[in-house]
Amino acid sequence: MAMKRLKLVPEDTAFDFLGLRKITAAASAAACVLSLVLLVALGLNFGIDFRGGTMIEARTPQAADLGQIRGIAGGLGLGDVAVQEFGAPQDVLIRVETQPGDGDAQMAVVGVVQEALSAEIEGIEFRRVEVVGPKVSGELIVAGAVAVGLAVAAVLFYIWLRFEWQFSLGAVAALVHDVVLTIGVFSLVRLEFNLSIIAALLTIVGYSLNDTVVVFDRVRENLRKYKQKSLTEVLNLSVNETLSRTVMTSVTTLLALLALYFLGGEVIRGFTFAMIWGVVVGTYSSIFVAAAVLLRLGVKRDWSKDEGDKGGPAGVQFGAQV
Amino acid sequence: MLHFAPWKSALVILACLAGLLFSMPNAFYGTVERANDARAEMETGAGGAALEAAAGAWPSWLPSGLVNLGLDLRGGAHLLVAVAVEDVHAERMDALWPEARQVLRQLRDRIGPFRRIETDGAVLRIRLSDPAGGEIAAAALRELAQPVAGGLLGPGGPDLSVAVAAGVLDVTLTEPAIEEMDERTMAQSLEIVRRRIDETGTREPTIQRQGADRILIQVPGIGSAEELLGLIGRTAKLTFHLVESATGDASTRPGPNQITVEDAEAPGRFYVLERRALIAGDRLTDAQGGFDAQTGEPVVNFRFDPAGARRFGEVTAQNVGRPFAVVLDDLVITAPTIREPITGGSGQISGQFTVEGANELAILLRAGALPAEITVLEQRTVGPDLGADSIAAGETAIVIAFAAVLVFMGISYGLFGLFANLALILNVAMLMAILSVIGATLTLPGIAGIVLTIGMAVDANVLIFERIREEAKRARGAARAIETGYERAFSAIVDANVTTFLAAVILFAMGAGPVRGFAITLGVGIVTSVFTATMVTRFFVAHWFARARPKELAV
Repeated sequence: MAMKRLKLVPEDTAFDFLGLRKITAAASAAACVLSLVLLVALGLNFGIDFRGGTMIEARTPQAADLGQIRGIAGGLGLGDVAVQEFGAPQDVLIRVETQPGDGDAQMAVVGVVQEALSAEIEGIEFRRVEVVGPKVSGELIVAGAVAVGLAVAAVLFYIWLRFEWQFSLGAVAALVHDVVLTIGVFSLVRLEFNLSIIAALLTIVGYSLNDTVVVFDRVRENLRKYKQKSLTEVLNLSVNETLSRTVMTSVTTLLALLALYFLGGEVIRGFTFAMIWGVVVGTYSSIFVAAAVLLRLGVKRDWSKDEGDKGGPAGVQFGAQV
Repeated sequence: MLHFAPWKSALVILACLAGLLFSMPNAFYGTVERANDARAEMETGAGGAALEAAAGAWPSWLPSGLVNLGLDLRGGAHLLVAVAVEDVHAERMDALWPEARQVLRQLRDRIGPFRRIETDGAVLRIRLSDPAGGEIAAAALRELAQPVAGGLLGPGGPDLSVAVAAGVLDVTLTEPAIEEMDERTMAQSLEIVRRRIDETGTREPTIQRQGADRILIQVPGIGSAEELLGLIGRTAKLTFHLVESATGDASTRPGPNQITVEDAEAPGRFYVLERRALIAGDRLTDAQGGFDAQTGEPVVNFRFDPAGARRFGEVTAQNVGRPFAVVLDDLVITAPTIREPITGGSGQISGQFTVEGANELAILLRAGALPAEITVLEQRTVGPDLGADSIAAGETAIVIAFAAVLVFMGISYGLFGLFANLALILNVAMLMAILSVIGATLTLPGIAGIVLTIGMAVDANVLIFERIREEAKRARGAARAIETGYERAFSAIVDANVTTFLAAVILFAMGAGPVRGFAITLGVGIVTSVFTATMVTRFFVAHWFARARPKELAV
């Protein structure tokens, strides 16, 4: 066992993370404001899940002539038609806006577009068709927003139950930060925002929290252990102690996500992009947002009366023996 | 010290073996699927060497549960349709009118003349010439109401309510009656959609009710959704009406109790028909596509049940020489003249059919009419090629992610990393085993969930190992460091995973289709990863420690 271990983080770090909080708070606030400005100014590039309409993924025998396809599909009098390359030069994604009228009018679009393209481009294949009526897309928006809201509320409640309200607010601040920045980046890079991005947002909520909770768990332990240290010192110590783990887990998760991003196919690329971004932002926020908010709010130092903490009784006893 | 109770060891070994055993069929997906299909077919009585061989390719004593592949992976069509339940309410009110008229006629000397006023929606509106008779007429109409079966709260009261205002009577359905009617409409619609899809011989369709008035239809491997739509999107309501006149003018106002219906083949040609149908398609017992004996054109041959045959015989006998119209979904298919009474109970519909058209109509007529119109709200179709590509891409991503994480853990934690890696492999096996046993559906986002699980599953081990490192630095004994490491990391592991699990549960509850598949793999993955990280690696570490008895730890 003489093999040299890879250590991404040196042992016994003592970075003054919380000392940076003025800078990072300003950076986070600016990024959040920028995200919201982008959201208002540019909006999101909603996919048909949320906007309704028709999407057709097609594959042509040779590299697709996007201009030709645009001309054919656009000349059918179906309103706004968007054509883009999808992963490979032969693959194209055609999106047609919602048609006036009921569901049958939407369904008719598929036949019209496919017929027109088949007539002009020999050997074109239609690999995927999605049609979402206006009624369903409206419901999906609501369900998505409710899901993200519920997740944040559930977290607020769980952390409050397990820790103290200050921790709860710190965690939620970090979450909201992550969600806002993710939405902001989607607005900026114009990636399609669809149902799977909602799934990614919820997973980011879960991941970011995972990270925050690990730091908080250590904070709680150290608060008991070092009753004389200031809150800033305890927070810095806790972040440094968990730093190695934070980096390790982020790296393994990113390794898996990068594999998925580059090899998992075009359909889930948006989802993976959101997740990668979320892991980076989530790691940042558990240190610089969650812990900083906790410092700002202050925290109860007397844990002697705390009976509700079933998760770490062993830790408490060992801590007391030190 | 590092004691690991024998019963715990047994549990861990059992769980791991079960995980490996029940996930194994997925490694031989094609073989197992064919064997399962062959066995299912043999159970229905089929036989043959090919079936035997396919069934024999996978030993029957091995588990044969497979993860279902979602439509986005195997290709197929997904349709969400809405049933226009309101249509049935209006029909019910129309059907009430003859009865109501009869009741009111008997009271003519007390209430005076009356007539029906056409309205939109499910209202039967009757105007009395003399408002004074309003209450008497209303009381008589209320007698027509029938009790609603009601639910848990006992009888549901009458199904009709009658309001009177200034000599105008409004008969409407009561709330419980509407509820009961909608339930029935939905049940019938589901049944008929199911029958139509079964008629086509499609494998494993999923037909589920969703919400108050929706049906979700998922069919694997159908070539195009158009085909499916053509089959389920049509009401297929067949009726026979006497023809009053034919006209080219759409604005022709039909007389009372008459309707104007367009010709199916010649747009712009209209028929004025008696509103009341002579007989309807629900009396059919059979319908088959065929060819006309004389002209050789495709036709649909049908047969009525005995009551229908008797009724058809009577009305044709009474109306010899008059034209009658065959109406399908509010279009006249054909309007021949009755030459002689048709008493045999069977007949033939000849329109301008193609062979496929005639066969499709026969399927629709056999399966029966939908009680109300269906509109499509959402359609998603994935071609089988794209599905296969997605599976291939997903497999590659899983393998590479796996390899990357294994190598990284190995070089970071040495022997302990190896333990974690073994646990990770067992974790994915258990995850697949659970998905197979509960018959969960694996979707493309579901594969993403597995990859994400691979990345995040090591987190619990990382927490533990980092903690052991820390404890070891404080120069406690090796055993003590390991023990404390596990114990102290536990609260962080629980809190961290419960929160992610909460997100997965919310995702499952709110999401639909593929997103749900993601939620399932994520949720199950969290459970198995906590188990493998805490119990399985601990089992390895404890047994290794008992043998090696190292003085120092090299975590």
